[in-house]
Amino acid sequence: MSLAVSAIGQGLLWAVLGVGLFLTFRILDFADMTVEGTFPLGAATAVAAISNGMNPLLATLLAFVIGALAGLITGLLYTKGHIPILLAGILVMTACYSVNLRIMGRANVSLLGKSTLFKNHLLAALPQYFDSVVLGTIIMVVITTIVIYFLQTELGQGFIATGDNQTMARSLGINTDNMKIMGLMVSNGLIAFGGALVAQNNGYADVNMGIGIIVIALASIIIGEVAFGDLTLNQRLVAVTLGSILYRFVLLLVLKLGFSANDLNLISAIILALCMMLPVFKNVLNFKHILKRGLDTND
Amino acid sequence: MTKPLLELKDVVLKVNRNTPEEITILNKLNLTINAGDFITVLGSNGAGKSTLFNAIGGDLSIDGGQILLNGKDIAHDSVEKRTRFLARVFQDPKLGTAPRMTVAENLLLAERRGQHRGLMPRGLNRHLDHYKELTATMHNGLDERLTTATGNLSGGQRQALSFLMATLKRPEILLLDEHTAALDPRTGQDLMRLTNERVSQDKLTCLMITHHMEDALTYGNRLIVLHHGKVTFDVAGADKAALTTEKLYSFFAEIE
Repeated sequence: MSLAVSAIGQGLLWAVLGVGLFLTFRILDFADMTVEGTFPLGAATAVAAISNGMNPLLATLLAFVIGALAGLITGLLYTKGHIPILLAGILVMTACYSVNLRIMGRANVSLLGKSTLFKNHLLAALPQYFDSVVLGTIIMVVITTIVIYFLQTELGQGFIATGDNQTMARSLGINTDNMKIMGLMVSNGLIAFGGALVAQNNGYADVNMGIGIIVIALASIIIGEVAFGDLTLNQRLVAVTLGSILYRFVLLLVLKLGFSANDLNLISAIILALCMMLPVFKNVLNFKHILKRGLDTND
Repeated sequence: MTKPLLELKDVVLKVNRNTPEEITILNKLNLTINAGDFITVLGSNGAGKSTLFNAIGGDLSIDGGQILLNGKDIAHDSVEKRTRFLARVFQDPKLGTAPRMTVAENLLLAERRGQHRGLMPRGLNRHLDHYKELTATMHNGLDERLTTATGNLSGGQRQALSFLMATLKRPEILLLDEHTAALDPRTGQDLMRLTNERVSQDKLTCLMITHHMEDALTYGNRLIVLHHGKVTFDVAGADKAALTTEKLYSFFAEIE
């Protein structure tokens, strides 16, 4: 029971990353590697700020701002510097590693004995693991609502159009460069925000905690899509959170099977690869079905 | 007296600048477009027709000369800024619409062409009745598919939608770049007729590139021919009405 509650709580906290990546991966239609740097950047920022006596909520919001700045740099390299998005993301991700070490002063900083978002009176009174479920639910409801509202505004529609058809968007007067920069800023802001949450939940920030983040965030998106099929854009955003929770249950199952936590990146990659190849498998399976039917009639 | 709406003065445009492959596409091109002109643009491949549109639209920056809108030089304005007065329909139906957005959403995007887009709700529902009427004028079933993603439409429907989007918010200048060329002959002719209706009804100022001599003669009040980056032939009114395909063919034979 407590394991299931823990999985739901973790799924909700990590879902922030899925929604953040959704903005670039699904709407702007490119893979932004910056997130592997901005996740630990958010963690480092929040942990360093809290260690220096900042209010945990302010520290978490500060992580969003710093993450957005990293996204701004990727956006400028991509749109104004004409560096391909994959490389622009890798450049900022690599630079973040050094920045994170500078912010923390060393590779791992603990929050032991410090205040965090999870240590306020209301959450502390809850049974074990319920604190992340409650906080995660509140955060995901707020973030999902804001993103859904934004996508239905005039600006949000221009943002969607940019990812959908850049030539058309420009011919209608939409500044596609600004849209991409905005998307990268909000996306990386959210990822850093997620990093700040996870670090406070774990009780520490580690400079290597960004490795494989893009795979985990993609897994929430893809699993949500695979599990719930044809959905509207708004429903898909909600499905990201559900996908993130499902993914945690899959990891739980894998650990139960006897794999160690060290195997998780390998397993995450395999799960994501399988989910992304599902359409191919479906085609192959249908093909076999047709082949079989064809043979049957000959009998 | 008609006032010039858009003037191109000695416009020079080169590609592969400062390299051995430098080519001059527009070579001191001069063209004055009056308000209400419906100009058909002819010319062989490489004559500079599409480049002319891209120079007006701002996709390509010019190397010399002036582009004046109502007397004001707009040669250095961005593509986005020029969309305040300019609307375009591209040859490829895929270029004119957003495939994952619905027909109604595409129209709504076009409604704010060149205008500020803020954080106000888009208000799609209060436009739906208008869009239903508007798309019904296309007589191709588009009005039944307002909530369909445009990626699922036929090429003809998509191109009709692109045309509606370009004219939804009245443009001062409409650029049509062979917008019927990718369609089957019948669908193409339907769209061509609708184009003509709309342009004359709304008294739009329009430039239309075409490879169909018949279309170039049938439609519009003025016809120009581009050759080696210059306007080599320019007829309007009665002179254009008197023009025949034979005369045009012999003219083309002369300049080649």
